[in-house]
Amino acid sequence: MARSQIILIVVVLVSLGVSLGSGRIDPYFLDVIIGIGINIILAVSLNLINGYTGQFSLGHAGFMAVGAYTAAMITLNVSSPWMFIPALFVGGIFAAVTGLIVGIPSLRLKGDYLAIVTLGFGEIIRVVLQNMEFVGAALGLRGIPSYTTFFWTFGLAALCTYIVVCLVNSTYGRGFLAVRDDEIAAESMGINTTKYKVTAFVIGAFWAGIAGGLYAHFKQFITPEGFNFMRSFEIVVMVILGGMGRTAGVIAAAIILTILPEVLREVAEYRMIIYSLLLIILMLTRPQGIFAWERKRKPTLSA
Amino acid sequence: MNGTPLLQLDKCTIRFGGLTAVSNLDLQIGDNELVGLIGPNGAGKTTVFNLITGVYKPTEGNITFAGGSLVGKKPYQITSHGIARTFQNIRLFSSLSVFDNVRVGFYLHLRHGIIHALLRGKAFFKEEKEIEQQIMDLLDIFNLGKFRDVPAKSLPYGDQRRLEIVRALATKPKLLCLDEPAAGMNPTEKVELMKLIRFIEDKFKISILLVEHDMKVVMGICRKVAVLDYGVKIAQGTPEEVQKNPKVIEAYLGEDHVPKD
Ligand SMILES: Nc1ncnc2c1ncn2[C@@H]1O[C@H](COP(=O)(O)OP(=O)(O)OP(=O)(O)O)[C@@H](O)[C@H]1O
Ligand SMILES: [Mg+2]
Repeated sequence: MARSQIILIVVVLVSLGVSLGSGRIDPYFLDVIIGIGINIILAVSLNLINGYTGQFSLGHAGFMAVGAYTAAMITLNVSSPWMFIPALFVGGIFAAVTGLIVGIPSLRLKGDYLAIVTLGFGEIIRVVLQNMEFVGAALGLRGIPSYTTFFWTFGLAALCTYIVVCLVNSTYGRGFLAVRDDEIAAESMGINTTKYKVTAFVIGAFWAGIAGGLYAHFKQFITPEGFNFMRSFEIVVMVILGGMGRTAGVIAAAIILTILPEVLREVAEYRMIIYSLLLIILMLTRPQGIFAWERKRKPTLSA
Repeated sequence: MNGTPLLQLDKCTIRFGGLTAVSNLDLQIGDNELVGLIGPNGAGKTTVFNLITGVYKPTEGNITFAGGSLVGKKPYQITSHGIARTFQNIRLFSSLSVFDNVRVGFYLHLRHGIIHALLRGKAFFKEEKEIEQQIMDLLDIFNLGKFRDVPAKSLPYGDQRRLEIVRALATKPKLLCLDEPAAGMNPTEKVELMKLIRFIEDKFKISILLVEHDMKVVMGICRKVAVLDYGVKIAQGTPEEVQKNPKVIEAYLGEDHVPKD
């Protein structure tokens, strides 16, 4: 078995163990930890799009909303713990299909334009939800069953990380990085850049949908407002702080940025201002990201 | 040469607005043939490359490769048919290592795709091992093995040019198009490069289309040379023939009196 698979299994088993004993964990503390797991899924999956493939998407909260509402509608109608995972999965698929529909036309656009289109997409999703009576319009959905456990959150976070890491660390996956570095050169290597970008977008959207489903069954109530632009921005900040295209850094950033507002309750109001300042300072001083430690290289540069 | 040539440009014309960058160009390249394409600044050499590799579509005319038409195909499709290129202004994957730059070129020959990358079974590791071996062989041939894990952007300039050639070879092309590979090199490096191009032709048994500004480089290694001036082919033949051609002398003299760069 590959080392990556062993790590995956160990993490999943540890999650299961912790989950079984989670009754003894302080509930407030457990809440923060599950929030961390959900943010890890969001940040790691957005990192595939923004970090590895170099497509600046600002629409992650939109895909999250699609997954959250889909999964919640399912479990609200068929209330059974057995429906939870199928509901999450269907939510992920809906989000992925949305990603495909948004991605195919917009991934022809470069840089800033893609950012604007995805931002617009996120807003459209939110406004549509606000006007759909059968999903509660602006009031949102309440009474969603509390199915999200420590195990499912971290088991899925581990699976998401495994998929992104394995994908990128393969000859096939090097194509994502090639697209990021130079699209024209990538095409000249035989790489269908559009297909790669859409693939990254669809996988990223799928996991945002899964994270949305976990979130819905964790908070037990969702509103369109909970998936606004600020939510997307938060995830983007995690990816940038973590050092665009470095999964370990992005996970570290997701952990810290989930804990920080909890620790600094009084300043949580000003979170967005702090994030923005942090981003500006970072871009000026450490564009590779705070947690982007140098990868160890074999000392081969002799000449 | 009998039968159809490997690459054939048939009355190719491309216009950008009012400017005719390439006009009515006929060009043929046979199997395992090294053809030089020369011409002064702005003659349309790079545009010819962009036509062949699908970056631009000819306004008129046809391009066939190994019997099939290339017109309307996307660059990545053309590469999969067996045409690889380098760029006049180096376009490496700058943040990727030397190894990974070449690795990207193996994408076209992957037997196992995305699912295998995720499942990580025996077949996946076997194929990745094979690819690694082939990459290292290629890098070693070109003396780049020692830079394996160095990011492409921190290579010395001449090595970057060579890495771009290696990366193109990784796609296993039938035709390699080199756009001014000697640009920015000193005379010693240029001599080395000429040897290298000859070596590639022999070792990989492929055809090469060499665009070059420097007459000496082309004259030294090509048996067939075409000369472009203002998008028009003004001469074609052996280096000796071309050098004596009055039109070529005029096109080049006009330029040589102006100090270059
Ligand atoms: N995309 C484009 N749009 C408009 N004009 C173009 C375009 N590409 C090339 N040209 C023009 O076509 C002409 C030929 O350019 P090209 O780059 O092919 O010349 P070249 O022979 O490669 O020159 P150099 O030796 O400087 O590389 C030039 O006048 C150039 O300005
Ligand atoms: Mg040129």
